[in-house]
Amino acid sequence: MTWLIPNLWLIPALPLLAAGLGALLKRPQQRLASILSVGAIGLAFLLACGAFAQTLSEHAERQVHNFAWFHFGETSLRLGWILDPLTASMLVMITFVGGLIFIYSVGYMARDPNFTRFFCFLSLFAAAMLGLVISNNLLQLFMCWELVGLASYLLIGFWYHKPSAAAAAKKAFITTRIGDIGFLLGIVWLYHETGTLLFYDHGAGCLEHGALAKLVAQTTVGGMLVSTAISLLLFCGAVGKSGQVPLHVWLPDAMEGPTPVSALIHAATMVTAGVFLVARVYPLFNAEFAISLAPSGTLPPVSTALQVVTWTGAITAVLAALIAVAQTDIKRILAYSTVSQLGYMFIGLGVGGPAVGMFHLLTHAFFKALLFLGAGSVIHGFHEEQDIRRMGGSRKFMPVTFATYAVGMLALAGFPLIFSGFWSKDEILHSALKWPASKGPFFLALMGAGLTAFYMTRQMWFVFFRPRTDFRPDSGHDAHHVHAAPDSEPHESPSIMTIPLVILAACVVLLSIFATPVWPWFDAYLAGHLSHLHVGWSGDGTLVIVMLLSVVAVAFGLGGGWALYSRVQDGEARDPVETRLPGLFGALRERLRVDEFYEATILRLSRILAVSSDWIDRFGWSACVDLIRLLTIGLAWISRYFDQSIINVGFDASCESVRGWGRLAGLLQNGQAQRYLRILAFGIVMLIVALAWMGDSAR
Amino acid sequence: MNGWPILTTLTLTPLLGALMTWIIGRDSARAARASAVAFSLLAFLQAAVLVMRFNTAATGLQFVERHAWIPALHVDYFVAVDGLSILLVILSALLIPFALALSPVASNQPHGYYGLFLLLQTGLFGTFTALDFFHWFLYWELSLVPAYFLIKLWGGENRRAAATQFFVYTFVGSVTLLLAMQAVYLATGTFDLIRLADLARSGELGRNLQTKLQWTGLSSGALGGLLFAGAFLGFAVKIPVMPFHTWLPDTYATAPTGVTMILTGAMSKMGVYGLLRILIPIFPQPMRDSLGLLMPLAVLTIVASAFAAFVQKDLKRLLAYSSMNHLGYCLLGLFAVLEPSFNSAAGAGERAAVLSGVLLQLFNHGITAATLFGFIALFEKRSGGRRAIGDFGGLRQVAPVLAGLMGIAIFASVGLPGLNGFVGEFLIFKGAFPLAPVPTTIATLGLLMTAVFYLTMIQRVFAGPLNSAWTKFPDLSRGEMALFVPATVLMLVLGVAPGLLLSLVNPAVLEFVKRLTP
Repeated sequence: MTWLIPNLWLIPALPLLAAGLGALLKRPQQRLASILSVGAIGLAFLLACGAFAQTLSEHAERQVHNFAWFHFGETSLRLGWILDPLTASMLVMITFVGGLIFIYSVGYMARDPNFTRFFCFLSLFAAAMLGLVISNNLLQLFMCWELVGLASYLLIGFWYHKPSAAAAAKKAFITTRIGDIGFLLGIVWLYHETGTLLFYDHGAGCLEHGALAKLVAQTTVGGMLVSTAISLLLFCGAVGKSGQVPLHVWLPDAMEGPTPVSALIHAATMVTAGVFLVARVYPLFNAEFAISLAPSGTLPPVSTALQVVTWTGAITAVLAALIAVAQTDIKRILAYSTVSQLGYMFIGLGVGGPAVGMFHLLTHAFFKALLFLGAGSVIHGFHEEQDIRRMGGSRKFMPVTFATYAVGMLALAGFPLIFSGFWSKDEILHSALKWPASKGPFFLALMGAGLTAFYMTRQMWFVFFRPRTDFRPDSGHDAHHVHAAPDSEPHESPSIMTIPLVILAACVVLLSIFATPVWPWFDAYLAGHLSHLHVGWSGDGTLVIVMLLSVVAVAFGLGGGWALYSRVQDGEARDPVETRLPGLFGALRERLRVDEFYEATILRLSRILAVSSDWIDRFGWSACVDLIRLLTIGLAWISRYFDQSIINVGFDASCESVRGWGRLAGLLQNGQAQRYLRILAFGIVMLIVALAWMGDSAR
Repeated sequence: MNGWPILTTLTLTPLLGALMTWIIGRDSARAARASAVAFSLLAFLQAAVLVMRFNTAATGLQFVERHAWIPALHVDYFVAVDGLSILLVILSALLIPFALALSPVASNQPHGYYGLFLLLQTGLFGTFTALDFFHWFLYWELSLVPAYFLIKLWGGENRRAAATQFFVYTFVGSVTLLLAMQAVYLATGTFDLIRLADLARSGELGRNLQTKLQWTGLSSGALGGLLFAGAFLGFAVKIPVMPFHTWLPDTYATAPTGVTMILTGAMSKMGVYGLLRILIPIFPQPMRDSLGLLMPLAVLTIVASAFAAFVQKDLKRLLAYSSMNHLGYCLLGLFAVLEPSFNSAAGAGERAAVLSGVLLQLFNHGITAATLFGFIALFEKRSGGRRAIGDFGGLRQVAPVLAGLMGIAIFASVGLPGLNGFVGEFLIFKGAFPLAPVPTTIATLGLLMTAVFYLTMIQRVFAGPLNSAWTKFPDLSRGEMALFVPATVLMLVLGVAPGLLLSLVNPAVLEFVKRLTP
């Protein structure tokens, strides 16, 4: 299997090929388009499994394959593929979850007129995302990063005739690009300092000891280590892509895209790219601590960069969970939930390292994809209704969707023991409790856990349990009209959509095996020492405390939610939380008015700058030019007047020259180019004569 | 070489074509167009031969032709290409047939229109190959004259005013450039650009200025600064550098769109080429001394033009500002290489990166910007000359292929990886950041705003509900596909394999960097 490393590019190339061919297909060739895309990602999945198997072998080392992309100056820019547990686990997850979502989409998008285009974009996305995780070069990663952004833009705006979708697509691209500017600066800085962007290059890569030692040996503005400054710049990119505060505003709007897109891109894969990035360059983030030249007593307990990561994650986790409590759109609730869970992943990275953050990334990918696909099935069943207050009772007529959704919901809420979400979240909480820098993130995360259970209970009640009294499909909600069926009864979705749900639900449960304190397989796998893995209770006393606390928080959320909402029968009634805390609930429903705040500050400022740039152009600079022109003309007229009336006409020669000036200035106004040309020709002739004479005499 | 003076024939082919077109196109617009396209293709073939025979391993000038011309003045007919100019020659050869094919058949005086177009190409080829300032300057001005008439006679509204503004502006710049170079000639007795660069490097130019121009009463430094300022103004207007740019939006918007394609695609490169060929080699020290002023101008050009583009209503004006923004990155790069920091091996690497990036950017911007203006020509053709951003809406529904291909060109201009714009900009930023961190950081605002105004344009023109006026808006025809599909393929190929271009320029870049270090 050694041929696999140099040929790792095949994994992204297969979907890319499908995308390229798909772009050439005509609209009616739906069947071919779906076969191409599903087939390509299926093959990619098989290859990914092969790659994964390789990383399981006894002495699995990180394997890289580097090559030159182009030469410039005396160096070349080298790219490469990398295969290590981090990459392999992402590859399997993306192709597996992605493949299921592709299959689901065949059913979901069946009646869309742009079906072939949809699968072309989906395949493009899969190619870029797979390219991102196999990159062994930060620039290469960035390039794929931008391409997943493009695919996300195209898919959010897939129903481009809807102005809201077009606006959301633009907002997503631009908001993430704000972070990407920092990312780009981080890249060029790192490139300058280390001379390479390859992560691993047999000792010469930018994440290896030599380069890191160089980075921690220098300081920059404010006494900050260069490694910290670069880490923070790179983190800007992660904040944008992974929807962290303050750049989270694009992700809820991104729900304008078709629901499979929300599941694949805005829940399972692309938005986790930021988390993956930090996990990939973790040695850099941790360099201050791990490779330090300073005496150990003067060091902070945790590297500055990781503190920023942790706090950003903690604040996001709680804020987004709070906002989710007051939302009524089924997909927006899940979107804020995603933002919040991404926050947990960053806490995990910050307090516990890549294994902790990545495990939550993987479990979240499964249960959140499951939830989104379930939501899609519900929306489908209710004929494009997305407001949970207008749903209800779907437990009865959508049994499969209900059962699988419940699995996803319990995993997300962190219901104990048999759901993977519990174990991954628990690991984060446990690490946060042991974090030496502060206990703040632990309590924020605990609070978030309770809130998560609460808002998911609320959603479950409205969608599945609340007795259905009135269903009005013509409620004027922004329906897509794409596949609205004439029959008005809600119904279960076809099996091409429910089978992926069942498979995902099974995985959500099964995954919990891999990271229990009894058998912390994933930790060992990601750290690369599977051989030392021992079975048995590996936790300590704090672990039990954490598990208890988290169970209490979850129980509080579930119980509180049920107690409050199970009495709500009428969807139009005031929310029970609103009756108790009207001010807070209002603010949360308005999403804390962050969008409005940006609109009033940054956007207004840039509009003012734009208008003034344009204004200065039209009037400012032009006025300067006009002033010069008028001055020249005025001067000419004054001289001429001076000439004619004051100085005796005997000075004919000088008059003539001044009049010449006047005429020359006049030319600025009348624009007869023939005259310019004559002057030009004359000038050149004179020049030749003058130069011939002067040049000779000078020599 | 086997004795074929390829650069001379390349330059003269369009001139001959202009004459032929003028003669045979008097009665028939079709004949004029056919003749012009044929001659531009002939020139393109020669350029292709030139590239194939270009030795990518050799440093220095190739295809040199040198003949004594005016012995009394020590003026030689001296033409050659090297890595700095080869891409621009190819670009000019590519864009003229592209623009000609997209120009609607001119109704009045077609022979004049197409003839002037070819004359413009001669000016371009001449500027990019001449190495003696004497005829370099003739070509430089020669390209100006046809552009003036093309705008004045075939332009849109307010064409007279715009043409005059264009001419006077660039002419003033040309005059100061000419004066500065005359003074240099007085001091050195040569117009040979290569020799002048050598003299400047050895310090002889400075000494000569002092001795030969003593009568001015100025010190060597002041004299150098003055001459630099004069020469700089000539290029600054042409590129343009803010605030010497106010002619550009009006001119680009008013010129017939085929001409705008050449103005932005090829003629704007003349100014940057002037910086590379004349200003930096001959006036490095005065330029270094003025960086405190030049750098803010580059940043201003990048940022202010990107912001200004955001509020433009006319698609051509929007693209005009975008074009300025893109050339601003070249300016940033060219000023950054002169920064005194990192005067070591590490610095040489960064400078090489910047210069490679600048040369890539020149070529790629030429392709992308010309293609985008080409799409505007299609809009004008289909809508009876309308091109306000608010005139359209939802066009992707009726013209998906047009929307898709134009979308690719827009994303190339935004700098999306995988398309041609990315690598050049990345290399510029990669090198410029360590050399000049603060200006480079501010300049990234331009990258952000570019995405903002381009995506807004897509949103308003292609997305949303279909404007009921355009339900019959035709998608690309087969003939148009034949033009735009190759352009798109080129963007993709150059995005994935920038090495194709970089291998042509690399020896010249290394040589240029070597000469920068004192």
